Amino acid sequence: MKRKSFSEIWKYRELLFFLAWRDVKIRYRQTALGAAWAVIQPLFTMLVFTLLFGKITKVPSDGIPYPIFAYSALLLWTYFSVTLGGATSSLVGNADLIRKVYFPRTALPASAILANLLDLLIAAVFLFLLMGYYRIRPSWGLLFLPLLILQVVIFAFGGGLILAALNVKYRDIKHALPFVMQLWMFLTPIIYPISVIPQRFRMFMALNPLAGIVETARACLFPSRHVDWHLLSVSIAMTLITSMIGMAYFRRAERDFGDII
Amino acid sequence: MASAITVENLSKRYNIGQAPRDTMIREALVGLLKRGRKPAEAEAFWALKNVSFTVGQGEVVGIIGRNGAGKSTLLKVLSRIIYPTSGTVEVEGRVTSLLEVGTGFHEELTGRENIYLNGSILGMKKREINEKIDAIVDFAGVPRFIDTRIKFYSSGMRLRLGFAVAAHLDTEVLMVDEVLAVGDADFQKKCLRKMETLQSAGRTVLFVSHNLLAVEHLCPRVIWIDSGQVRCDGDAGDVMEAYMTSFNPVQQESAGLMNLDQRKGTGQVQFRGIEFLDTDGQPQTVTRTGDRLTIRLFYHAQETVSQPEFGIGLWAGLGTLVAALGTSTTGFEIPELPAGDGYLDLTIDALNLVEGRYLISMWTTGPNHYSSVDHCYDVIEHAAELNIEASDFYKSGKGVHRAYGIVVLPCEWRLAAEYSNEESSHFLARAPE
Repeated sequence: MKRKSFSEIWKYRELLFFLAWRDVKIRYRQTALGAAWAVIQPLFTMLVFTLLFGKITKVPSDGIPYPIFAYSALLLWTYFSVTLGGATSSLVGNADLIRKVYFPRTALPASAILANLLDLLIAAVFLFLLMGYYRIRPSWGLLFLPLLILQVVIFAFGGGLILAALNVKYRDIKHALPFVMQLWMFLTPIIYPISVIPQRFRMFMALNPLAGIVETARACLFPSRHVDWHLLSVSIAMTLITSMIGMAYFRRAERDFGDII
Repeated sequence: MASAITVENLSKRYNIGQAPRDTMIREALVGLLKRGRKPAEAEAFWALKNVSFTVGQGEVVGIIGRNGAGKSTLLKVLSRIIYPTSGTVEVEGRVTSLLEVGTGFHEELTGRENIYLNGSILGMKKREINEKIDAIVDFAGVPRFIDTRIKFYSSGMRLRLGFAVAAHLDTEVLMVDEVLAVGDADFQKKCLRKMETLQSAGRTVLFVSHNLLAVEHLCPRVIWIDSGQVRCDGDAGDVMEAYMTSFNPVQQESAGLMNLDQRKGTGQVQFRGIEFLDTDGQPQTVTRTGDRLTIRLFYHAQETVSQPEFGIGLWAGLGTLVAALGTSTTGFEIPELPAGDGYLDLTIDALNLVEGRYLISMWTTGPNHYSSVDHCYDVIEHAAELNIEASDFYKSGKGVHRAYGIVVLPCEWRLAAEYSNEESSHFLARAPE
């Protein structure tokens, strides 16, 4: 059964691609700024954060210029939050497809995650411009960034599977999500470095996979920082657990999609 | 013969009384707290019950049955859109199910982009679409607009595009639901031709339809589904006949009325029958465009009611209301209707409708009770069928056909041509310039 479902996803990989391609096409059609929106969102958040937290309240950033300190984390966070939102509404938003055609339902949340990768890449280009501006030398650690992005993808996919399936059944999810994401952002070391958190609380923060991802991303980008292996391994473990729960729950829940969506 | 579709003891249960849509977590939480003391057990409704049949490779099978008999549920289970409660379905080979055409079309994408999207949703490979795209565009007849976003398409163009993609699917097993019910006559013919070619190419086709003529034409074998069960399965002619005669017992009690199982209302006054009469008051065997027609509605009143209203709605196909003729709207008042049986005659001077099949809905209600169907005495949707034959309404010797629209309008042409020749200019009554 399990092997069958994986081979089926492979069989339908072109559909996955087409669904993602559709999302990308539609997102910026009839917009004046087009793909610039991919940069605008993290950029402006970064500007506001720099002003409020970097300049006014002087939140420490471990010696890294605050704008790039914030942007490096916002880059991944924005991708994660947009993607999770997209994956969550992917089933309900494509209800007509689910009612009329058979295909592996996982293709819908997966395509939402795939479609946002392009935005992430565009926003990443801006990160490198910022690094150039602040004269930060790229290190070999940069090569690990794609692996971290892969981890965000896996975590967003796992979480997206759970939320998308729940959203079919309980439309509360779409009301709760924006609010939860806002709280979640403050619980993730984006505005502040995890070093400001007392040691005894860090264990709990580590349970949030994004904490490990964001901190490790900074360690990859800035040579002055070191990878917190403990934080990262908890983060990876949580990511894998979430995605396994996600797949198991989704497989059980999808039997009812056709009836209740 | 190897089997293409094997269905064994297929059942699908729905729990009615539960609200499956827009459920809220609150209810789930309340449910958790109240565990052990569950609120009234939801009533079970079996949309399908122990359905078994086998379809051989290359067979073309029609599935018929009344509304709500479980045809669509069956098709949805077979196409894996919904899961059965119990039983198994096995389908051999590449399957495509067409529950509608143009599934997944997106307004903001061009015709070409939508072909790729729709094609891949229906299971085509990109390479395959690349090969067929020219043929698809050609079939749809929209080459000029293929790179225009489909939000600028007419509904007909969209339908043709959707069908063009579907028609180019290379599939071993095809399941089709009522796709033919939409679209104009030309389009329906095109669909039927396509299905014939599939049939002759040895494809397995499962065809679910209300259109008995189409089913009879296409399918040598027919399965009749009734109340979620296979009522009859076999030679098309036999099954059709059994299906048609199953309507008769109802007709004896309420002559000529259909869909009585879906009637609504309080029942203080009920329709008991309908008759179509000609000018001499004799039952009309053939009704032609432009004929004078009397529709006689038999009723039974359980009690005396005051100021009742009666009316009929005349529908072309399932979606177009041609006319609603109510007693009150047409200025006919009934002060009081005594208890007992009786009939009302509605005479239409000239039935200015082109040939075709029309459906008659009927209602009766107390004064000003339009707000809710349930407050009416009796409402029956599509209670009777009226077949109108073509006639030479305009006396041109050419006849009037369905392609001319729905209504015929008594009319007259006059020509006023502008002649350049001055000698002829006196033919024209021209306003001074």
